[in-house]
Parts: sequence; C-alpha cells; structure tokens
Amino acid sequence: MEGFMYPNEVELQWGILIVLYPFLTGLVAGAFILASLERVFRVEEVKPTYRLSLLTALAFLIVAPLPLQLHLGHPERSLEMYLTPHRSSAMAMFGFVYLWYLMAVLVVEIWLDYRRDIVRLAESSRGVKGLLYRALTLGSYNISPAALRIDDRVGWIITLIGIPSAFLLHGYVGFIFGSVKANPWWSTPLMPVVFLFSAMVSGIALVLLMYMVTSAMRRVAVDMRCLDTIAKYLFYTFVIDFALEMLDLIHRIYESDESFRSLDFMVHTRLFYSQILIQIFLGTLAPLALLSLTQMITFPAAARRRIYAIASVLTLVGIFAMRWNVVIGGQLFSKSFLGYTTYKVGFVTREGLLPAVALMILPFAILYVLIKILPPWQEESPFVAEAHGDD
Amino acid sequence: MILNRRQILLLLPAAAVAWDSVLADNPEGSPNYKMSEHWWGMLIDITKCIGCGSCVRACEMENDVPEGYFRTWVERYHVSDWHIENPEVDSPNGGMDGFPPGKAEGGKNFFVPKMCNHCVDSPCSQVCPVGATFHTPDGVVLVDYDYCLGCRYCIQACPYGCRFFHPKKHTADKCTLCYHRITKGLTTACCEACPTGARQLADLKNPNDPIHAFLKTHSVQVLKPHLATGSKLFYNSLDGSVR
Amino acid sequence: MGEFKDIAHLIRLAGVFLLGLIFFLVFRSVTIPKSFGRYGPFRGAALVELSSRPLSFAGHAACENCHPDVAALKANGVHKSLNCESCHGPLAKHADDPGNVKPVLPDVAQLCIRCHSENIAKPAGFPQVNAKEHSGGQACNTCHQPHSPGFDAGGKR
Repeated sequence: MEGFMYPNEVELQWGILIVLYPFLTGLVAGAFILASLERVFRVEEVKPTYRLSLLTALAFLIVAPLPLQLHLGHPERSLEMYLTPHRSSAMAMFGFVYLWYLMAVLVVEIWLDYRRDIVRLAESSRGVKGLLYRALTLGSYNISPAALRIDDRVGWIITLIGIPSAFLLHGYVGFIFGSVKANPWWSTPLMPVVFLFSAMVSGIALVLLMYMVTSAMRRVAVDMRCLDTIAKYLFYTFVIDFALEMLDLIHRIYESDESFRSLDFMVHTRLFYSQILIQIFLGTLAPLALLSLTQMITFPAAARRRIYAIASVLTLVGIFAMRWNVVIGGQLFSKSFLGYTTYKVGFVTREGLLPAVALMILPFAILYVLIKILPPWQEESPFVAEAHGDD
Repeated sequence: MILNRRQILLLLPAAAVAWDSVLADNPEGSPNYKMSEHWWGMLIDITKCIGCGSCVRACEMENDVPEGYFRTWVERYHVSDWHIENPEVDSPNGGMDGFPPGKAEGGKNFFVPKMCNHCVDSPCSQVCPVGATFHTPDGVVLVDYDYCLGCRYCIQACPYGCRFFHPKKHTADKCTLCYHRITKGLTTACCEACPTGARQLADLKNPNDPIHAFLKTHSVQVLKPHLATGSKLFYNSLDGSVR
Repeated sequence: MGEFKDIAHLIRLAGVFLLGLIFFLVFRSVTIPKSFGRYGPFRGAALVELSSRPLSFAGHAACENCHPDVAALKANGVHKSLNCESCHGPLAKHADDPGNVKPVLPDVAQLCIRCHSENIAKPAGFPQVNAKEHSGGQACNTCHQPHSPGFDAGGKR
C-alpha cells in the first residue's frame, strides 16, 4: 500500500473472476449481434457463421454464472436473487435477464433454427444420442414446409427481441459499474455504452477467429466474402468503441475534478502495462491500424486472413485488458484519493488464476460438445438446404 | 372451534396486547423499545477527539470485529498551510493502539474518527441485490448475516469505506450502531468508551436530545456532502481537507 | 398463422415454459422467508437476531448502581465525563454476576499514557505529558487518584 487508504479498502473485493464475468457475457452479446446481422438485417454475407455464432453464444452463456458463483461468499444463497430481488439494484436483475436471455432468446432461437435437423437426427439416431434428440423434439416431428415457415417467422421475431435483450444482458453490467457514485473511475453514464460496444467488438472478433479455426480444423476453405464482411463490421464497431473511450478520457482530463490527479497517477503507475501498453496500444490502436489497412488496401486472401487473425487476437486481449482496467483499476486507488494498493491474485485459490484460466477454457469444451450435437455446417449435414426459408 | 363468551372475554385483551405489539413495530428481542419513536444518528466532535483509540478497541470487544478489519477507525490528519487538497493522513491499525508522536513542524493536526454514516439514502442498501442490507424503521443501516450472499456490491458502493468482507462469516459487515445496545436504552460501545465525549449517540426524533441544541449553535458538516447520501454522522469542526 | 398441426410444436414449447413458470412461482412462495417484508424489503427476523446480541459493555448506569461512592468521587473531578468501562474495560459479565466475575484492574502504566501521552494532533487544551519527563517513570497513580486525578490550588487531590 502507498499513501493513505481507508483501512477497509486495502484488500480488493472484486478480483479476476469479476473481470472474467463481463468478458464472457460480452462475448455472448457480441456473438449474438453478429448472428442477428444476418437474421434481421439481412447481411447475407455472414450467413456461414450464423449457427456458429449462436452456439458460441450459448457455450459462453452457460459458463458465465460460474465465475460469479465462485466469487460469492455464500453461493448456496444465490437463489435469493430470484426469491427477493431488490428492485433498486442493477445486480438483482441478473438472474432474470440471464434466464430470459438463455431460455427465451438463445435456446428458443437455436431450437427453432435446428428443428429440422433435430427431428431427422431423432429419427435416425440410436441409443443415448437418439434419446437426447427425441427429447429435444418435444414430441413434435412436424417439419413440413408450412411448419418450417412458421418457425422461420417466429425465429425472426425472437432474434429481433434478442437484440435489445443482448444489449440488456451486457448493458446492465456496465450499469452496475457506471451507477456507483462512490467510485469516480466507474461512475459515468458512458459506462454501459462502452461496455456494450467493447462487447460487440470482442464477440465479433471471437466469431471471426472461431470461423477461421473451425474451417482450418475441418480442412474447408474459408468464405472470404463472409470473413471480409465480419472484419468490416469489426472495424466499424471498434471505431465507435475507441471514440467512446477517448471521449471518456478527454472529458476526464479536461474537467480534472478532485479524483483526476489520483486516477492519473494510478494509470501511469499501477495500470501502465495493462492500460497503456496492452489495452490502448496492443489491444486497440494496433488492431485498428491493421483493420483500417485492409479497408484501404486490397491484400491477397492469405494475407488478409493473417491480418484478421492477428487483429482478432489482439482485440480479444485488449478487451480483456479493458475489463481488467475497469474492475481492478477501480479498486487500486483509495476513495480518499490519497493512496493506492496492489492486487495480489492467488493461483490455486478459489478466486485465483487457475480457476480463471479453467473458466476461460471451459466454454470451448462446451462449444465442442454443442458442435457435435448440433452441427452448424450445412455441407456436412446430411439434411441439406437452408436452415430457414428466405422471404 | 366455537368460542363461548368466557373464552372470548379472555382472548380479546390478549389479542389487543398482541395487536399493540404489532403496531408498535418492536423487534421482539427488546420488548420496551418502539422503533417508530427513534431516529438514530451520531455526533462526532473533532475538537474533542484525542486519538486514544478507545472507541476502536471497545467496538472490537463489543462486536467481535476480526483483526485487520474495522467497523470504526480513527485517522490523523496533518494539513500543511493552505494545501487542503493534499493532507497527510495515517491510521496505523485503524488507530486501535493510539498514534505515534507526529511531526511537529507547521500546519494543522487533528484526529477524525470514522464509522458507518447510517445514511438515509444509503448507496449500499440501494445496490444490495437481495435486501440483505437494509434500513431499520429507526434509521440504522444493518446487514442480515443469514441472508447476505457475499457479492460485495455494497462494499463497492459505500463512499466512506466503512464496510468490509467478514473473513469468517463470508458476508459483508459494518458498524451496526450497536443495535443490540441502543434498543435496550444503552449507548454504543464506542460512545461508552470515549473518554472525552467526542462521540455522542444522537436520537434525532427525541426533542430532548442534546444534539438539537448542538446543531443550532455549532458549525456541523457531513463527509462527502456532494454525494447526497443523507449521512446522519455529523461532525463538529470538520476541516475542509478531510476526505 | 397456419393449421394447428403446424404450430403444435410451438404450443408444446410454450407449455414447457408455462410449467417452468408455475414451478418457479410455487418454489418461490415456499422458500421466501416468512418474515420478509414485515418492516421493509428485508427479512424482518433479522431485526430480532441483530438486537439480541449479548452485551460486553454494561454501560455506566449499571456501574453507578452498585458503586455510587466511586461515581460521586468521579462526578466532582476532571474525569467526570469518563465512563467507568473506558478504563476498566467491558464489564457486562461482572455486572450480571458481581460475586463470581471479578474485573481485572487495569495496568496504570499503560492505561493513562494512551490518552495523556503528548501528541501534536491532540486538541491544545487537553492535558498531555511526556511520561518520562513528567514523572520520571513512576506510575501515574503514585500522585494521581484515577477517579479524580486533578489537584486543587493547594496541591491536594
């Protein structure tokens, strides 16, 4: 500890797991927005990634509550959020928003989109797998064109509802931080918006990477038109995200209120590596430069793929760093503005590095299982033709 | 079950007493105490605090406060000349063992005891997701240790740093204004132990409480007024440098 | 919309959701603590629990009940605003069972210093001394009566 801190402030309350949570839900929201680009806004080019985006969102959403459970002092009481949610608390809406998004949006949309495949697989599979598919059909084997047309319409409506739902799923996390008037590093009306746009950036980058990786694993050619379109949306979203963060920074420097000197010192010392080097240079300026290059100059496909991959990885690192700088950074300085502390992250402790890494790997394991159960790729599915009708 | 007249005559007064108890809103642990008759706050007189740390020790003894955490603590300020935005502050072990001799050169030096402000519009209870931290009808902000999830949002939301995460209970914890004492007509442990009367419990609803006269005749401040927390912890002669 | 058979699967889905909702509502009504909401958006029973903690400090009224002589001595001296347990420590156990629970007398050497050792931050009018210079290491109660430590003009306690 350096300087003076209120005695109870020296120990950080929210650690790496709380950094991980908005990162994970951000990926969910971002992946879903990419899927909705095709479904609602008819950006046909990104269709090859539609199902992959949805499954990615689901895999990460399943894991999302786990860091929170590990963090709680009494995880066995977490159901209280459903029993007696305190309506003035942004955190209280977590349980309901999560459940709504998981069940009413993501699961229903995936089910509607995959219904034909599920029915066919239910009829053709044996054993446990067959049981699973038969359960998933909910007992209805109607995949006539009329039924599928209705599914498509309903799915469209669900996606439409899903967009503000995705905004809510991640925006409320931004509000959780942005509404804390006690903490000037967090308290700004921009916070939910910044969180949302950085979520979209991270989600799009993730799907871009997943598409390239899964195509390579399947030894299938990448649809360059799709990839270029995704990269384009990544670029646009990133520009907006960067503009918002710059706005916050410039505003702070200009107004220079009582917290500024303390925060400025903190950024230049405690957060130098994570904010200035990793988030800003490596994680924002570098990928923006790379992506803008591809928008201005036409590179050959192989070069573009490499640039996109590097830009996506840097983006993901940068967005994780942004979450770190918000959550951890907000606790490194004293609310007296007279001192600073350090964050000591354990390794094999309940809230340590090891569980955090495990939780970051787990969604990919779940995604692998989901891909096996619900194959996203039309070419491999014996049940050819569009997943949904076009109209 | 049909009641005869005699049974009704016996039951009615019993029912009346029970109903009166319900109306009086007393927490049944203190039968003579009516919550609606009290509105608790505290007065801290900076001109009287000698930084002895008796309050910190008394609180620790009365409430089993774990070591290294503080429901109340004392800070020492050294303000050199006109630099009121850069005071030098220390609080060795929360002031529990008193303070070492300070620097003698120039400037202004004084002690500031701190604790939960039992705010009327407390940001901590606003953000609790399940209602585990709350306001009592008599103005005390408390934590329900059997209901708290340990999410620590309240600790983040408190501008005064008075909350901590209890290492054994795994819940949030903070000053309770010795609720178990004030509901029995006693004063808080910190006020009981303070040798100079720098800390005084105040019942703002009691017209005879000395705080009313004090507020009329002294310059009184609260911490971080710009955050509009409705703090009920009043300081006499709080310097502008106090954070 | 279409014929019923084409939306049958959606009806089934809605049925699943409805079942879930009913289960949730039933579960909720059974599991919410009974006292929740009695006094506000919190568990009313918590008030009982929190106000039932055992006391450690008895409070000066309890001391003065049994020790009126000391109380009278103190009331006339400069320590009149000082409560008994401030020096003697928490004594609720003693007040509840005076015969069996005897308080330990505080160590004067440590006790008086805590308040009266000189410190730049103490209010100017407060009596502060440098212990070694003041008494050369003698215990404070060699000259001062703790319950009424002042001296009159004649140097008498």
